[in-house]
Amino acid sequence: MAKIEAEVGQPKGGFMKWIDDRFPFTETMKYHATEYYASKNFNFWYVFGVLAMVVLVIQLLTGIFLTMNYKPAAEEAFASVEYIMRDVEWGWLIRYMHSTGASFFFIVVYLHMFRAMLYGSYKKPRELIWIIGMLIFFVLMAEAFAGYLLPWGQMSYWGAQVIISLFGAIPGIGEALVEIIRGDYSISDITLNRFFALHVIALPLALIGLVFVHIVALHEVGSNNPDGIEIKEHKGPDGVPLDGVAFHPYHTSKDLVAIIVFLMVFSFVLFFAPEMGGYFLEYANFEPANIKATPEHIAPVWYFTPFYAILRAVPDKLWGFILFGLSVVLPVFLPWLDRARVKSIRYRGWIYKSALTLFVISFISLGWLGVQPAEGIYVLAARIFAVIYFAFFLLMPYYTTIDKTKPVPDRVV
Amino acid sequence: MNNYLKRIAHYTVATTLAGLLAAPVFAAGGGAELEKADIDPGQIPSLQRGASNFMNYCSGCHSAQYVRFNTIGKHLELSEEQLVDNLMFNAEKTFETIRSAMPAADAERWYGTAPPDLSLMARARGADYIYTFLKSFYVQEESPTGVDNIVMPATSMPHVLWELQGYQRAVFSEHEETDSEGNVSTTVHFEHFEQVSPGTLDAEDYDIFVRDTVNFLAYIAEPIRGERRKIGTWVIMYLIVFFIIALMLKKQIWKDVH
Repeated sequence: MAKIEAEVGQPKGGFMKWIDDRFPFTETMKYHATEYYASKNFNFWYVFGVLAMVVLVIQLLTGIFLTMNYKPAAEEAFASVEYIMRDVEWGWLIRYMHSTGASFFFIVVYLHMFRAMLYGSYKKPRELIWIIGMLIFFVLMAEAFAGYLLPWGQMSYWGAQVIISLFGAIPGIGEALVEIIRGDYSISDITLNRFFALHVIALPLALIGLVFVHIVALHEVGSNNPDGIEIKEHKGPDGVPLDGVAFHPYHTSKDLVAIIVFLMVFSFVLFFAPEMGGYFLEYANFEPANIKATPEHIAPVWYFTPFYAILRAVPDKLWGFILFGLSVVLPVFLPWLDRARVKSIRYRGWIYKSALTLFVISFISLGWLGVQPAEGIYVLAARIFAVIYFAFFLLMPYYTTIDKTKPVPDRVV
Repeated sequence: MNNYLKRIAHYTVATTLAGLLAAPVFAAGGGAELEKADIDPGQIPSLQRGASNFMNYCSGCHSAQYVRFNTIGKHLELSEEQLVDNLMFNAEKTFETIRSAMPAADAERWYGTAPPDLSLMARARGADYIYTFLKSFYVQEESPTGVDNIVMPATSMPHVLWELQGYQRAVFSEHEETDSEGNVSTTVHFEHFEQVSPGTLDAEDYDIFVRDTVNFLAYIAEPIRGERRKIGTWVIMYLIVFFIIALMLKKQIWKDVH
């Protein structure tokens, strides 16, 4: 480490000095990498942030090449995707990277969010990081939703039809709002065009901006760790946190291993199961959008299904929409709902541990129920899990107060 | 202000660098149980027979508008001459796609609905679905085509392969059910087929004929399937080597951390 600092840390002259006189390159590297200290005890759960960044880059790069060949017009969209799959050199690889990337984006983001819940990363002083992260999640949902319309398959069309019409449940402005979103009286070429604009320009810009701010906020307060201890409170004589190691080369070398393992899993799906049993690429989407034929069974892509199951569990249209919206937004308030004195699950009592376990079970179950037909026992199950889902958040101020926590050590164990 | 701009510059560099670092449920209709198609996409002769079956029996009405003859030639090991002589009945150049001989507007008038394009049918419905569908036509006097299908009831497709399979009759069983209010309802359940008139192929050869055709349909639905699997194996092998090196690097760097 000392050697690396000697190399990039103190430019004596030459090229680096020339740069540094004009641009704070060395300073930036120090601030964000070689002298950004993060806890040495990061575990498995701490890789998903960097993996989300990897997927973001995959999506941006493959997206650029897809845009070169895709035609955002109702008459041509479906055929242009097949053109990419068949006639564009390596087009199939680019397209599968993008479609696999979409699902993996949600996998890593969900796990990244779960990490924050495990170790209380949203708690003071990291509330803002969490809120920005939630904004990223909302933009990501919009981005994925807009992108899913673009192949103009049956499920693209009817999925969008169902989800957009949900806004019609809002009293008074509902119908007008739906027309504004669609730009037409039904989903049409006009809708496709505006969703394309949102998907390739507006939302990615917002996404990149928010990710940037997310990292700014993180590097300001410093990363949390599995013990939920503020490592900055125990510094050595050199001003370096005793339990911290520099982001580069320590965490970067560790992250590199994680990235390769991730790419193995990613490649396995991409090359051997790009449809992932109809979950990553839905079978009905291999048929072009047909206004005259509604598919037998409309289900959104898997990453929206937990919230979709909540929507369907409510018998009333407006209340369904409200609870659906609430289920997406509620996690924003976690920093204030959670009253526990400790951050990490390691020092929490059995009540929070049980609550979190129930929450995970209900979230996964709702996800599964969201792809099942809304009938009989499935609806009942969705209602039960929806109640658990909301109870986890709404009762949190109470059960985190009475939960018996263990004493937190001063230093990372 | 200057400090603020500096900060922004920091983050721009950092995020760019981080970015560069990273650069390197079938809905079966009709409720019929589907038979396993049991296709083998690696069997070139089966795919070649399937291509011939498709061009002779399907392409009269169905297009495969995204599929080019030269792509088929490349993957199915057929020369340009073989393509022209055996498969290209209404195409001039090998880069052309498979068009149907029947104009779509006429088709719609004759059948009520235009026969769908088959480029992606195997991915949309699954190989088993098409396999079972092609084996499930049965005599139905009231239907305009004289047949109906167990897999897709009220299909407007005639039994194109009748010469090969012959005609069969479907045997149904009826179940009476009484609900809690005393209403009696009958549900019709398909049992099995009975051969009415023989075709030129026996049952076993007909299965092979259909299997080859479905194999070809699965191939045209994703022509690069074989290629992607081959490349995928190399990619994963490369990543394993890369993983070992990265792990050694990580261990080396972390050895002084306790």
